[in-house]
Amino acid sequence: MSAPQRLADGEAILAIRDLNFFYGDFRGLIDVSLDIATNKVTAFIGPSGCGKSTLLRTFNRMYDLYPGQRAEGQINFHGKNLLDKKQDVNLVRAKIGMVFQKPTPFPMTIYENIAFGVRLYEKLPKSEMDDRVEWALRKAAIWEETKDKLQQSGLSLSGGQQQRLCIARTIAVKPEIVLLDEPTSALDPISTAKIEELIDELKSDYTIAIVTHNMQQAARISDFTAFMYLGELVEFGKTDNLFVKPQKQQTEDYITGRFG
Amino acid sequence: MSEVTTPVDVHAAQVKKFKLQDLLFHQVTLVFAFIVLAALAGILISLAIEAMPVLKAFGPGFLWTNVWNVPEDQYGALSAIYGTVVTSIIALIIAVPVSFGIALFLTETCPVWLRRPLGTAIELLAGVPSIIYGIWGLFVFAPLFAKHVQPHLQAALGDVPVIGGWFAGPPIGIGILTAGIVLSLMVIPFVASVMRDVFETVPPPLKESAYGVGCTTWEVVTNVVLPYTRVGVIGGIMLGLGRALGETMAVTFVIGNANRIVGSLFAPGTSIASTLANEFGEADPGLHISALFALGLVLFIITFIVLAISQWLIKRGVAKQGK
Repeated sequence: MSAPQRLADGEAILAIRDLNFFYGDFRGLIDVSLDIATNKVTAFIGPSGCGKSTLLRTFNRMYDLYPGQRAEGQINFHGKNLLDKKQDVNLVRAKIGMVFQKPTPFPMTIYENIAFGVRLYEKLPKSEMDDRVEWALRKAAIWEETKDKLQQSGLSLSGGQQQRLCIARTIAVKPEIVLLDEPTSALDPISTAKIEELIDELKSDYTIAIVTHNMQQAARISDFTAFMYLGELVEFGKTDNLFVKPQKQQTEDYITGRFG
Repeated sequence: MSEVTTPVDVHAAQVKKFKLQDLLFHQVTLVFAFIVLAALAGILISLAIEAMPVLKAFGPGFLWTNVWNVPEDQYGALSAIYGTVVTSIIALIIAVPVSFGIALFLTETCPVWLRRPLGTAIELLAGVPSIIYGIWGLFVFAPLFAKHVQPHLQAALGDVPVIGGWFAGPPIGIGILTAGIVLSLMVIPFVASVMRDVFETVPPPLKESAYGVGCTTWEVVTNVVLPYTRVGVIGGIMLGLGRALGETMAVTFVIGNANRIVGSLFAPGTSIASTLANEFGEADPGLHISALFALGLVLFIITFIVLAISQWLIKRGVAKQGK
């Protein structure tokens, strides 16, 4: 186990300390400690089942939906522990948005897909809501493709467009952190490239944590990379260092494709 | 050369055989499907033929005449249609929200250990024969209802304009309202289990995304789960309505079997199915039998209308969601 990579004060938006996660009796995360840097892209890589998605899902307490799943330890966000039972979960999720592996447009119009989440926390007059929808769709680089069909179902878009719609929906509520759980694994290469470009643009406003199976993707888009294996954080550091000069043998084996 | 051609020939023969098998299979399934159509048409035609004498004698007025006088051979379907429709509406008004709550609890908030026993109990409730609901309704529910509920309803709502009249008259237990309530109990397990099944078809990531933008469970259900499962939910409600419209034994026990229309829901009434059950045994050939067949035809048509409305609701919902 590596010592947590501490960042200088003020740089970390999430400070994870001694995080353990349990699916019933199975321990899915083992003493994970790391910092997620503000306005940077942090990538989580590792083989299937290593706990990277599990880790991401603790950041917005998504596991709360499922009985038998629990987390212990600390995830500090603005001086408060997110795992605290008293923490309002809905508020956390509005601040820490999530995009999933498969596009999940809501069964409503494109416009409503964006406006829906905004309406939960803000009462905006129609014109401001229109502006917000346009802003989010522009941010997610899908405005040009959807501006003439805002009243059509979100399900009518292609897979790649749906995924960008989901990103637009997530940023429309103006979260501080965007969690991306393998957002491009169900997409074709062109859509993937568009989403990668988008991530690069988004990081000036948001902190991004992304789980990916694709090491090249992690190398291309992230500032920091965490390599996980069997529930443990094996190595965490600047992406350039981790890929060029990995400190651990396991990391080197994995990124060079020699993993057993 | 023969070594080369033989396998090809075998292959061709095989393909031919497959084609034949496939064709046969298609035809057989087609026949099965047509049996349904034929049965439907057969029932409709025989109902229409048998109902002809009454329809000729009274014309379309049969539908909106409030008279049912067997000795004088005067027949009109209005009181039975009224009873059928009103009891079914009462049943749905009670059953839909309750079933919705049951299904939501089972799929969204129920602790895991309770899920199976509760689900099984609901399925068992669906399997209870309708005559048992009838007996229970008549001997247990109606007296309790007359003694403990009807007086209070009357006291609370009797003086309210418009709806006050619904709760007028002597609290005798049996009547339209009781039939509606018993029907609702019979319909709940069907509607609830269909709703539960369709709620379970919502992909977890879709729900998670809704939670992910900060929704509460209620917001997830009303904005994502319900729109996503709209077709199935409407289907479940219509299944319940179909059962309520056609339910015979239980309704016959508790509706009071009076061929008249009274504004009060406490008053006895009748439904199409209960009139048929009561009178077929002793009906003389002639107009009486024909009138009963005509009632059957009316019930059939009401069911068609219900189906048409549900289709329309589904289509309208799709349009609202955007194409």
